[in-house]
Amino acid sequence: MGILEVKGVNKRFGGLQALGDVNLDIAEKSVHAIIGPNGAGKSTLLNVLVGKLIPDTGSVTFQGQSVLGRTPFQINQLGISRVFQTPEIFTDLSVLENMLIPCFAKRDGSFRLHAVESIESEKSIIEKAEAMLEEVNMAAKRDMIAGSLSRGDKRRLEMAMCLVQEPKLLLLDEPTAGMARADTNNTIDLLKQIHASRDITMVIIEHDMHVVFSLAQRITVLAQGTPLVEDIPENIKGHPKVKEAYLGESA
Amino acid sequence: MDAIILQILNGLDKGSAYALIALGLTLIFGTLGVVNFAHGALFMLGAFCAVTLSRILSLSHVVIDESRKDFLGNPMKVEVPYLHEWFGPEVGATIIDWSVPLSILFAIPVMILIGVIMERGLIKHFYKRPHADQILVTFGLAIVLQEIIKYYYGANPIPTPAPEAFAGSFDFGVLIGFDANSIIYPYWRLVYFGFAMVLVAAVFSFLQFTTFGMVVRAGMADRETVGLLGINIDKRFTIMFGIAAAVAGLAGVMYTPINPPNYHMGMDFLVLSFVVVVVGGMGSLGGAVAAGFLLGVLESLASMGWVIDLVPGINQIIIYLVAIVILLTRPRGLMGRKGVMEE
Amino acid sequence: MLGLNTKDTRLLLLVIALTMLAPFLLNPFPVDSELAQFNAGYPDLMQRFVIFGIFAIGFNILFGLTGYLSFGHAAFLGVGSYAAIWMMKLLTMNVIPAIIMSVIFAGLFSLLVGWISLRRSGIYFSILTLAFAQMSYALAYSVLTPITGGETGLQAKISDPRILDSNAGEFGRANLFGLQMSENVSLQVGGWDFTFNAGYYVAAFMMIISFYIAIRIFRSPFGMMLRAIKSNQQRLNYTGLNSRPYTLAAFVISGMYAGLAGGLMVAMDTQVGPERMFWTASGEVVLMTILGGAGTLIGPVLGAGMIKYMENIVSKINDTILHQWFSFMPDGLEDFVVTVIHPFIGKGWHLTLGIVFMLVVIFLPGGLMEGGERIAKLFKRKKGSGSGGKDPEHHPTPKPHVA
Repeated sequence: MGILEVKGVNKRFGGLQALGDVNLDIAEKSVHAIIGPNGAGKSTLLNVLVGKLIPDTGSVTFQGQSVLGRTPFQINQLGISRVFQTPEIFTDLSVLENMLIPCFAKRDGSFRLHAVESIESEKSIIEKAEAMLEEVNMAAKRDMIAGSLSRGDKRRLEMAMCLVQEPKLLLLDEPTAGMARADTNNTIDLLKQIHASRDITMVIIEHDMHVVFSLAQRITVLAQGTPLVEDIPENIKGHPKVKEAYLGESA
Repeated sequence: MDAIILQILNGLDKGSAYALIALGLTLIFGTLGVVNFAHGALFMLGAFCAVTLSRILSLSHVVIDESRKDFLGNPMKVEVPYLHEWFGPEVGATIIDWSVPLSILFAIPVMILIGVIMERGLIKHFYKRPHADQILVTFGLAIVLQEIIKYYYGANPIPTPAPEAFAGSFDFGVLIGFDANSIIYPYWRLVYFGFAMVLVAAVFSFLQFTTFGMVVRAGMADRETVGLLGINIDKRFTIMFGIAAAVAGLAGVMYTPINPPNYHMGMDFLVLSFVVVVVGGMGSLGGAVAAGFLLGVLESLASMGWVIDLVPGINQIIIYLVAIVILLTRPRGLMGRKGVMEE
Repeated sequence: MLGLNTKDTRLLLLVIALTMLAPFLLNPFPVDSELAQFNAGYPDLMQRFVIFGIFAIGFNILFGLTGYLSFGHAAFLGVGSYAAIWMMKLLTMNVIPAIIMSVIFAGLFSLLVGWISLRRSGIYFSILTLAFAQMSYALAYSVLTPITGGETGLQAKISDPRILDSNAGEFGRANLFGLQMSENVSLQVGGWDFTFNAGYYVAAFMMIISFYIAIRIFRSPFGMMLRAIKSNQQRLNYTGLNSRPYTLAAFVISGMYAGLAGGLMVAMDTQVGPERMFWTASGEVVLMTILGGAGTLIGPVLGAGMIKYMENIVSKINDTILHQWFSFMPDGLEDFVVTVIHPFIGKGWHLTLGIVFMLVVIFLPGGLMEGGERIAKLFKRKKGSGSGGKDPEHHPTPKPHVA
């Protein structure tokens, strides 16, 4: 049994079957990519995984616990972090402050009114944040306003913010969308390094086949809301059904 | 029963004003995405259009009337309106008497012009700014507009009567089979309600049946896509702003006989109109109109004697109470669309 | 000092100095000079400066940090005022219980309003707070008359029980352990006349404490969370944080500040009326905060000071004074200038306020503070151009915005 199990998930929007009988079993500590042509239901599936959408039928369990009906912050507390297609960071705050917020957030999500302590007095938390910035090569930019970073740096920062919470599962929604080739390669290297250095499962939703085949250990191909094939990358490459799904769309 | 009908009727004219202002607010919000806190001021400016026209019409000059003597035995000085001289006393007097309905013709171009100037001169620069900034700058504009009016027209309400023909009341009860004198209703309030209905119908059919309206509706639903089709949306939206200003203005013009206009009437109505818009659902034209009438009538019903005896003070707070309940149970209001102002 | 870094300590000391020396600073002109009308150093106005300063500091903790725009904060000010006047009626004319109870009651009421209103955000939140405030106003005006005194409001009266005051004969004087709030000490130096008012110093002391707490909140992890809410609530949720307790805490804190301001108003002038809760009063604190600079520490205090100064001073200027000022001009020009300025002075001060406010929102979204920073930058650039553009604080140059 994997870390994340999706069983018989269906989701309709009016007359449109967005997800039809999706079953997924994502193995612990693997890198699992979900690919598919436009409109295949990738984003809908992701939104189901993070609690933003509730499926009509089926179940989603993370380490044996159902994620359905939980709010995004509760799902995060289970140990699932999410990287967005366009980096979601605190654009008005400095890079260091962006890092400090996940460091201050308790894993159990409990609210603590630390309104009188100064941030500067929390030495151990600052050290933790700085160490993480070091790991993603952003230590030099700690005092910059996050909104003024380049796209690649924003992405790094977002990933660092997720990783510092030591999630068990990291969901990545097209992490290299809109990036230049050099930035894309940097991001691939960073993700590889992240996966190698900690016990983490990654689910990547991606358009860019270069990224997918550089990273993924298993690939699920989604077409019209239904998983077509699931296999290791070598077998996906020449798979007739996959070709059909993609060619069928472009034809 | 007759008391309830009377209160419903009383609620309709206030509801009409709410509905018209809320309709304009929603048009502006739906098309331009701007929260316009100066919309109440447009209502007030409309009312003062009526005041202005009635003053212009009664402009007079002093004539020495040899046939009449004052108490010292000198020839009396009489003020004669120019209109009396030009059209003869009778026609002149009728024109002055009808100044409020005539103001409609005067107010339409004036209000459209004010609306277009406002949009091009100020609002345009706030499309990309946060909603809070839009609220704040239009809030400032509302203060400025009302202070200008206060400067020129003073702080006191200015009585502006309806034409003689509509001055009285009539027995509405008899018409629908109640005892005489049970439901006495002023003519002008009925006129106002009818006028509001016509105006609402005009705006809706304009949006529904003209190509212009179709493009605007498409733009409200998805501005970017319509822009991509090579249609100049901005220009149409400017015109829509003018129309929304005119609707608010006309609502104000016709309201003057019901409530003598003063400089802060816009703010009084604005607060309630915003509640109306939110209850109806931001971005929903039908919702705005429906909620306007609904809240107007509810407010009126809540001020009935036995209701107040039952729940003291309910007439003062009913609108806000309804707004709170609706916002908590139906986050998007009665007919709100998904994804409007939810970021 | 007191857990603040050097920069904040300097700011706090500056505020302490300004408030303590206000009777001097606000009276720069000799009494019989023509400019004496610009003096603001009289007790009544100085009290209002600091009280509205407290109100604005509190409002800024909510709006400046979280971005939630409340249009109903006057309700908390009103509740604080009513609580304070009741303490004075029932317990004692000593201001201490009045002030404490005003903060507690405003806090409880804001907890209720915030708990409901914060279920929504954006314009919906603004309308909900507005609805609550208008409801409070309407109720205070009508049904709650036994508690609020209705339209006439409440005053401290000689017939009130005041169970803690032994000599009940002394009527209606708010005091701090015998020191009356209305007590003045005058100091005449040359042509100048300075007034030191006990009430002002009590209010000023409260403002300094309020300001100090605000600094601590701004620099705390809690303050950082609030700024994160304003910046990106989505990311905060996906960081495992529920933003509601944070916004609610900010809402209640700012409500307590408003209550404190309301309580102090009663301490200075022992009466309350419902108009204190009307939505225009809520609008005023919004104006103050924006004008000064939302999200900055000292901006709201400056904004409050500026609006109250305009209200009192600009509204006192009349045509006669204008004619005196411009008497050096040729007659025709003088009349023309006076006619042009006339709408903006006296009763027209609201027009001036509206225009200034619009200009600030359009050109200086950061308020007066941003204006000050821009001017300071201009000077720095002039000075720094000779020294080869050194970067003494090692700020990395921000990259241009790419995305």
